[in-house]
Amino acid sequence: MYSQGLIGADSSTTESEEFLAAFQSRIDREEKIEPNDPMPEGYRRTLVRQIGQHAHSEIVGMLPEGNWIARAPTLRRKMALLAKVQDEGGHGLYLYSAAETLGVSREQMTEELLAGKAKYSSIFNYPTLTWADIGAIGWLVDGAAIMNQIPLCRCSFGPYARAMIRVCKEESFHQRQGYEIMMELAKGSEEQKEMAQDALNRWWWPSLMMFGPHDSDSQHGDQSMAWKIKRFSNDQLREKFINATVPQAKFIGLSVPDPDLQWNAEKQGYDHGEIDWSEFKAVVSGEGQMNRDRIRDRNKAHDDGAWVREAALAHAQKRANKQHIPQEAAE
Amino acid sequence: MAAPDNDANHTAFRALLELADDCLVLGHRLSEWCGHAPTLEEDLALANMGLDLLGQARALYAHAGEIEGKGRSEDDLAFLRRERDYRNCLLVERPNGDFAVTMLRQLYFAAFMEPYWRDIAESSTDADLRGIAAKAQKEMAYHLRHAGEWVIRLGDGTGESAAHMAAAATELHRYTGELFMASPVRTEAVAAGLLPDPENLREAWDDTIATVFRTAKLTAPEVRVHQKGGRDGLHGEDMGHLLAELQFMQRAYPGLSW
Repeated sequence: MYSQGLIGADSSTTESEEFLAAFQSRIDREEKIEPNDPMPEGYRRTLVRQIGQHAHSEIVGMLPEGNWIARAPTLRRKMALLAKVQDEGGHGLYLYSAAETLGVSREQMTEELLAGKAKYSSIFNYPTLTWADIGAIGWLVDGAAIMNQIPLCRCSFGPYARAMIRVCKEESFHQRQGYEIMMELAKGSEEQKEMAQDALNRWWWPSLMMFGPHDSDSQHGDQSMAWKIKRFSNDQLREKFINATVPQAKFIGLSVPDPDLQWNAEKQGYDHGEIDWSEFKAVVSGEGQMNRDRIRDRNKAHDDGAWVREAALAHAQKRANKQHIPQEAAE
Repeated sequence: MAAPDNDANHTAFRALLELADDCLVLGHRLSEWCGHAPTLEEDLALANMGLDLLGQARALYAHAGEIEGKGRSEDDLAFLRRERDYRNCLLVERPNGDFAVTMLRQLYFAAFMEPYWRDIAESSTDADLRGIAAKAQKEMAYHLRHAGEWVIRLGDGTGESAAHMAAAATELHRYTGELFMASPVRTEAVAAGLLPDPENLREAWDDTIATVFRTAKLTAPEVRVHQKGGRDGLHGEDMGHLLAELQFMQRAYPGLSW
């Protein structure tokens, strides 16, 4: 799960106008750009950054939900949650592979994440406090991710677009699963209803922030739109999300924690209250409640596993050497 | 219903619980790795194996609940018993430790359960159990292969990994004897044809482990005293903490639907 609005790659590029024009006309003809095709350096850089951030978001995103696997309330929920978090890991793997087609290794990208240099979705720097948070994340966070990722299925870069098709199918399942958890809570006991409402209260605004800054404050949107990496602006996607989600909340009797939320008949959409951008900036710059914990946990897993990875390599080398001897003898 | 049937059902119920508890507890342990494995690929594999075991547990609890006939669901059985009523063997509740401990625990368990499920699928008098076993046997064959490969890689990897593997064997080997000890209820289930005798598998298990250890350049530690007690509900200190997490929601919010 991921949304746009981080990226921040330098899309400036130094190729000749002729080269750029030829590339742009391929984009305009809706041709997919493949890894070995000529492409502007700025295009490559933007995609490496975006796909890397997307992959990191999947991996870091395993932690907040993983926090509830051991405490899931039923065996069915436990399996569904474990399978869901496993899916996120699979998305990460898939996306790292897509990024590798652009000439960057998974190891390099991982190093950046562990050093705290790479960004990932701000949403995963909030803690999961109750079981209802698992419902709210599936419903809202995966819901927001889908809004962003459906258009990415038409992204101009072929491997990314194709990866998104499968990822979206799974995210859509996660979103329905999360909503189903919320629905069950909302029709349950008073305590369960409170738990659901509390989770919605805490996750609503951070979910809206997932779409990134207002279009007027978004620095790199235009070039990404022209290259058809992005198809919609941050604000357009945020509006789509709000319009889809508010009726879902109403349907199960939960209230969206925004007193300024109002249906606007003229634009056929909701007007909403002001987002606290200072909170967004703090979380993106590493000052969210869980930023340090998330990176610490990723580093711990990486460090604890170092001897395992070294052993796997050493063993593979031993095997290769053994197999090599008879081959040489045969020659 | 006549008394002998009740006795038979009671035996079957308790014998199935032993199997189900093994699957639940080991599945829970594997799920604790999620997001913390040495590689991303292994994160996916550990989750897969955990899901297999939890799936087996669900099928077994559901079936046991039907046999018991008191309306207890899979969740009632999985979440709402006291610690002394869980009948899993001690091996599966051992903490994850490092990756060597987790993989060796998996190898020991799978090397027993893969042929045990195969025997159950072929010979049990209970058709439903034969169905559960046929599926579980295929899953455990994968666990056996996956864990065996890792034990070999780590045993014959670097000096450091070999030391981790040797320490894991020292820690866990003494829990393997319990796999073959038939509890009174399992002895009754064997006599009734519900389950095969686990003792029959000892030689095959020894061969499997010896083959893996030889390839991994590992030595099986000498075990002076085999640990046991799980089948009598006598667990280790870690079990209560596992259950505290596992049961948290059901205990904190009793009787609700999730």
